[in-house]
Amino acid sequence: MGRARPLHHAARRLLLLPPRLRGFSSSSAAAAASSREPLHVCVVGSGPAGFYTADKMLKGHQGAQVDIIDRLPTPFGLVRSGVAPDHPETKIVVNQFSRVAANDRCSFYGNVTLGMDVSLSELRKTYDIVVLAYGAESDRSLGIPGEDLRGIHSAREFVWWYNGHPDMCNLAPDLQSTDSAVVLGQGNVALDVARILLCCTSELAATDIADYALDALNGSTIRKVYLVGRRGPVQAACTAKELREILGGLKNVRVFINEADLLKSPSDEEEIRNSRIQRRVYELLSKAAIAHKGNNNNDQKELHFVFFRRPTRFLPSEDGSTVGAVQLEKTCLKDDGVAGKQVAVGTGEFEDLKCGLVLKSVGYKSLPVEGLPFDKYRGVVPNLKGRVLSSESENATVEPGLYVVGWLKRGPTGIVATNLHCAEETVASILEDEKKGLFMGPSDSKKEGRRGLLEILEQKNIRFVPFDGWEKIDCKEKIAGELKNKPREKITSWNELLMAAN
Amino acid sequence: MLARVSRLGLRALCRASPSPGQNPLTSRRHGAEAVISRVNHVGNTFFCSNTNATSNDKSSESEAKISVTFIDKDGEEKLVKVPIGMSMLEAAHENDIELEGACEGSLACSTCHVIVTDVDYYNKLEDPVDEENDMLDLAFGLTETSRLGCQVIASPELDGIRLALPSATRNFAVDGIQLSGFTMADPTS
Repeated sequence: MGRARPLHHAARRLLLLPPRLRGFSSSSAAAAASSREPLHVCVVGSGPAGFYTADKMLKGHQGAQVDIIDRLPTPFGLVRSGVAPDHPETKIVVNQFSRVAANDRCSFYGNVTLGMDVSLSELRKTYDIVVLAYGAESDRSLGIPGEDLRGIHSAREFVWWYNGHPDMCNLAPDLQSTDSAVVLGQGNVALDVARILLCCTSELAATDIADYALDALNGSTIRKVYLVGRRGPVQAACTAKELREILGGLKNVRVFINEADLLKSPSDEEEIRNSRIQRRVYELLSKAAIAHKGNNNNDQKELHFVFFRRPTRFLPSEDGSTVGAVQLEKTCLKDDGVAGKQVAVGTGEFEDLKCGLVLKSVGYKSLPVEGLPFDKYRGVVPNLKGRVLSSESENATVEPGLYVVGWLKRGPTGIVATNLHCAEETVASILEDEKKGLFMGPSDSKKEGRRGLLEILEQKNIRFVPFDGWEKIDCKEKIAGELKNKPREKITSWNELLMAAN
Repeated sequence: MLARVSRLGLRALCRASPSPGQNPLTSRRHGAEAVISRVNHVGNTFFCSNTNATSNDKSSESEAKISVTFIDKDGEEKLVKVPIGMSMLEAAHENDIELEGACEGSLACSTCHVIVTDVDYYNKLEDPVDEENDMLDLAFGLTETSRLGCQVIASPELDGIRLALPSATRNFAVDGIQLSGFTMADPTS
C-alpha cells in the first residue's frame, strides 16, 4: 500500500511498517493532531458528490478521518463513466479529487459494494458519520409496450458502454443493421449519445473512448439520428454548451429543426423571460433552424430535432427480432396550474418513426439499499439539507449520523459543479450536528472507523482496491493510451481491472 | 491550491501533446517543490488565456500589481495584490482563497464563479464570450454581475475591484429548519 505521493515526515516513516499497522498508526497520528478521537466518516461513492463531500469534510473538521468506498475498483464515478470521451476538459476535476485522496486523513476502498460486501447498518455501527453518495445507477422506464425489444437500450447503458464501464463492456449494441437511431429525450445525455453516434470516428480515436466502442462506431451504418422531446424548443432540457457543440461542431451533419415548432406561445414567452438558460437554448435552436435551411448535400448525416412528440409504443421490425419503429403521439402544451410549468399532453394523433436502434434518455434512477429510507416516487432519499429522514412524511425523524449527497439526495440532474454546493450543504449539516455534540456517544460505544471497516472486509474476504491500486490502473491505462495517441486506453473488464490494481 | 497541481494534472491540461515515456506515478514521487516552478509557468499561460506577454515576464509582473478584495462565503474580506495579467482564479489560489477551479480554467465548469460587487467595475470588464455565458447559465447563485474568475484578468483599471464568492450556506443558520425540532431515531433499531 505504499503511496506514490509526497507524504508528511511522520507518514513517510510509517512506510516501513506493514500496511495494516500503518493504516492504524496514521489514524492515531491524525487523532493526536486534533488532541481527541478522530471523527470517523464514511462516504459511499467516489463520484463528484462523494469527493466534494470528502474535501469539504476534511477542510471543515481537522479531526475528521474520511474513508471513501466505491463498488468499482476505479474512483470518480460519472467523471470516468458518464462524461463523454470528447469532453476531456470536464474530466480535469479528477486532479482535484486525486489531491483529496492524497490527504493523510482520507482513504479510498474500491471494489467494496454497499449492501453486498458491507451493509448499511454495519457502516453505521462502525462510523460516526455515513454519507451516501452512490448516485443513480438505474434508469427510469417509459412503461410502454415493446420496451423489451432488442435494439432498445437506456442511454445510461450506451454511455457506460462507450466509456468502458465494466458492467456494460459486453452490451454490444447493433449499429450495423439500420441507418436510423431514435434518442428519446433532449437533455445533455441525449445530446451526448447523439453526438457520439454522428461524430467523425477519427476525432473519437484521439479520446479515451473504449477501444471496442470505437471499432463498433467505425463500422456503424447509422446516418440519421432523431432527438425526440415531449415538449418544445423552449423546454429542451439541455444546456447551451452541449447544444452549441452539436449544432455547430459536427462535421458533415445537417441539422433539421421544424420551423413551425419554434413558434412561441405567451406561456413560452413567460418561461423564456424567467430563465436565462431556456432563453439561450431557444435562441441557439432558432439560429440553427435558419442556418441549416437550404443546405443540401446528400452525403451528409442527419440530426433531426423532433419536438412535441411522446413515445407510446415500440413496434417490432418485419422479422420481429428487433425494434423497427417507435410510435409517437403528437403533443401540445398545457399549463399544469401548480408550478407554473407547461406539461405535454397527447392529442390522439399518432405517427411511426422507423429506426433500428433506440436509446432512452429519460432520466437516471437511484436504487435503495436495505435499511435506507427511500422515496420511491421521487427516487431520492428523504432528507433535510442532507440529513436523512426516516420517511417523507411530515412527522419524520432524523436518522442520526446518516447523510446523503448528490443525485441520491436531489435527483439525477445537474452538472459536476452542482455537487459542490450540494456537498457544502450536507457537510454544513454534519458540522452543525457535530457542534451540537450529536456524535459524542457514551465512551464505551466509541466507533472504530477505518479499523472496523478493515476488519469487516477481512472477515468477508473482500479484496479491496486502495487508491494506489487505482493509480496502478491509471498508469497502465495511460501507457497503453500513449501507444495509440489516446489520453488513456481504459481497462474495461472486472478481472483485468482487479489484476491491474495489484 | 495551484502549487499542488501535480504533473499528472498538467498532462491532462496539455493533453494535445502528451510527453511520451513519462510514468505519472514516478513523476509524482518528486517533491512538490520541484513541480511548483513548472506549475507556475504553465498556470500563468494556461489560466490567462486572454492575455499575452506579461504573464510570462516575471519581472514586469512583480512591478505592476492591483488590489483585489475577495469576500469569502462567510463574508470575511481578504485584500490581496494581484499582478497584471493574472486571472482571479489563479490569484485566489495563490492567496489560499477557497475558490474552486474544477476545470482549471478551461471554460468547462462554473466553479470559479465570482460576483463583482460594484457594477462600475463589472462594466469595465470585456463582455463574456459565448462559452463563458454557457457556463454562467449553470452557475450557482447567478447575479447580473457574475463572472468566471478564470476569465477576469488583472488590469490597471480593475485596481480596487471587490469579488464575492457565492455561497450555498451563507444563510444556513438563519433559514435552516432547526434540527432540535426533530426526534432522534435509534440507528440500531
